[in-house]
Amino acid sequence: MNAYAELINARDVIVCCGTGGVGKTTTAAATAVAAARAGKRAAVVTIDPAKRLADALGIAELGNTPTEIAGPWSGTLAALMLDTKSTFDDVVRRHAHDDHQAERILSNRFYRNVSGTLSGTQDYMAVEKLSELYDSGDWDLVVVDTPPTRDALAFLEAPKLLARLLDNPIYRIVTAPSRGVFRAVNTAAQSVLRQLARVVGATVVDEAVAFFQAFEGMEDGFRDRADATLKLLGDQRTAFVLVASPRADTLMEARYFLDRIRTADLDAAAVVVNRILPSVSTSPERAKELVKSLAGTQAAGAAVALADLTRSGAEDQSRIHEITDAAPNAIVVQVPLLADDVHDLDGLTTIADLLTAD
Amino acid sequence: MDPGEFFASSRVLIVAGKGGVGKTVTAATVAAAASRCGLSVLLVEVSGRSAAAPMFGTEAQGYEEAVLVHAEGGYGEIRGRSITPDQALVEWLSGHGFQRIVKRMTKSGLLEVVATATPGIKDLLVFGRIKALEAARAADLIVVDAPAAGHALGFLRSPAGVREAARSGTIHRQAVEVLEMISDPSRCQVVLVTIPEETPINELVETSFAVEDEVGVKLGPVVVNSVLPQIDGLDRRLRWAKCSDTERLDLATAAEFRAGRTALQDEQLARLESRLPLPQIRLPQIFGTRIGPDELEHLATTMLAEIKSLEDLS
Repeated sequence: MNAYAELINARDVIVCCGTGGVGKTTTAAATAVAAARAGKRAAVVTIDPAKRLADALGIAELGNTPTEIAGPWSGTLAALMLDTKSTFDDVVRRHAHDDHQAERILSNRFYRNVSGTLSGTQDYMAVEKLSELYDSGDWDLVVVDTPPTRDALAFLEAPKLLARLLDNPIYRIVTAPSRGVFRAVNTAAQSVLRQLARVVGATVVDEAVAFFQAFEGMEDGFRDRADATLKLLGDQRTAFVLVASPRADTLMEARYFLDRIRTADLDAAAVVVNRILPSVSTSPERAKELVKSLAGTQAAGAAVALADLTRSGAEDQSRIHEITDAAPNAIVVQVPLLADDVHDLDGLTTIADLLTAD
Repeated sequence: MDPGEFFASSRVLIVAGKGGVGKTVTAATVAAAASRCGLSVLLVEVSGRSAAAPMFGTEAQGYEEAVLVHAEGGYGEIRGRSITPDQALVEWLSGHGFQRIVKRMTKSGLLEVVATATPGIKDLLVFGRIKALEAARAADLIVVDAPAAGHALGFLRSPAGVREAARSGTIHRQAVEVLEMISDPSRCQVVLVTIPEETPINELVETSFAVEDEVGVKLGPVVVNSVLPQIDGLDRRLRWAKCSDTERLDLATAAEFRAGRTALQDEQLARLESRLPLPQIRLPQIFGTRIGPDELEHLATTMLAEIKSLEDLS
């Protein structure tokens, strides 16, 4: 059992982070496959998977609840594709005091903006889904793919999103308009609101005010939930796995990610570097000589291919060293560049093997 | 077609695409190629990091404008600057009667409420700044390196979105004016970027139809990045090659790997051609070095040659 397999075995939650285009969704799904093969009940939350992968997982239709996937494993494997809007609607219904309050919020346009487009909402709902699955007790391991964000903290701050919005002075003012002490503050606030209305339009401001009024009394529920979730993400039950590729720009982002996550006193438990080129022992300098000495022979093409490969490979390895130096405590797994995009269970099983190979 | 004519055909050129496809490299290449046609260029980065400056061999620029390439020897000047969505919102509010309280609005989170109430407002205001630069004729060509997060569509859809969300107020007028700019092909065109792999190509095809249908903006040629140059004779026998046995094994590994990757790539390029009726500009994969002025020069040369070989676009 390699260190990554041990990590899968030991943790309850694995969060796969990283920029777009590095194989994050594939890594998350393959991690869940590895867990299922180790006899675990594993669920993976994917975000915006490539269509063919979604088809392979049987989650092509918006499935906001886990769909079980049959396969040659002793455990169970289930997947779902995060539906941000309906997850958010569920959260509102859960916290609302009655149906009437829930409906008032769900039909509000500001709420629809929050649930649809507010930056961080997708992170927030991924975290909500994660907690919901964890709390259900149905799963030994919950793996979450994350939206492509630069900032590691976006994910950690996500649970506080609504709580923070509800901590906004606007909220306190519009929900307590008539109390004497606040009257003066309120007058000032009203004037700011009027000024805003001239700029963004009166409907926009009215809808926002109505949203905050509709939330009255729900803020404690959201805050408690956020606290519990942050505790889950922050302790030993959860592992953050940084997914990267050896390209210069993604590794720059990876280093930025590590810096940011440390400001929250957390660290990446593992770094998965995808798209590793085949390794050869010929040096880039020697390969260059071969291009010259083999020019005009049968091997001329192969020599050019080798020169290109060694140049890229040497650069890749030096970049990978940079990232492993930046994360000295993390498990590092290198996954070779495969011949094709992974879009079926066989492909995921291959990646699962590579992730957990000794 | 003539590259000079191509770059002069619209005053703003937006380089868009999903993260990880080399959008910044492409934007820098467009800037370098246009400069070689004698045009002055302003390269605008929206992501908040100055990723393009090192490609020109200069220090990273901040929010202020900086010269990346001086005008000489027939080359047009290239200046770079950054306009971030957050800053665009703060500046815009400052200019609209909130200058005294905008700091407090940021701290108290009210700014976030404004942004949430009007989705797309920040992106729209970035467009607003670009429109102002265009109106002031800041350069012959303004190249915009669009934001990377998620789909390229969010950024391009923002003006229409804000026009619908805010039915009145100054922001509504701003949205209308920006829409006028981006739907006028003589003022604005969008170049979409991809790499020759399955998922990025699928996303590119979806995005391009949506951009034309929903945003009504003119699409220029598609840029395909990181295209492996063809190597002939990868399948030949290596038995007689004059080198050590280990090297012979390495040659075989490299040839097999390259042949496999090239075959996959050709399949994807053909698929792109059949699914998307837009001309392609193919830029070569750069092996093993960070992209600096030499690599950028090479990419710009390729881009100019590729544009020259395109049929006239109308």
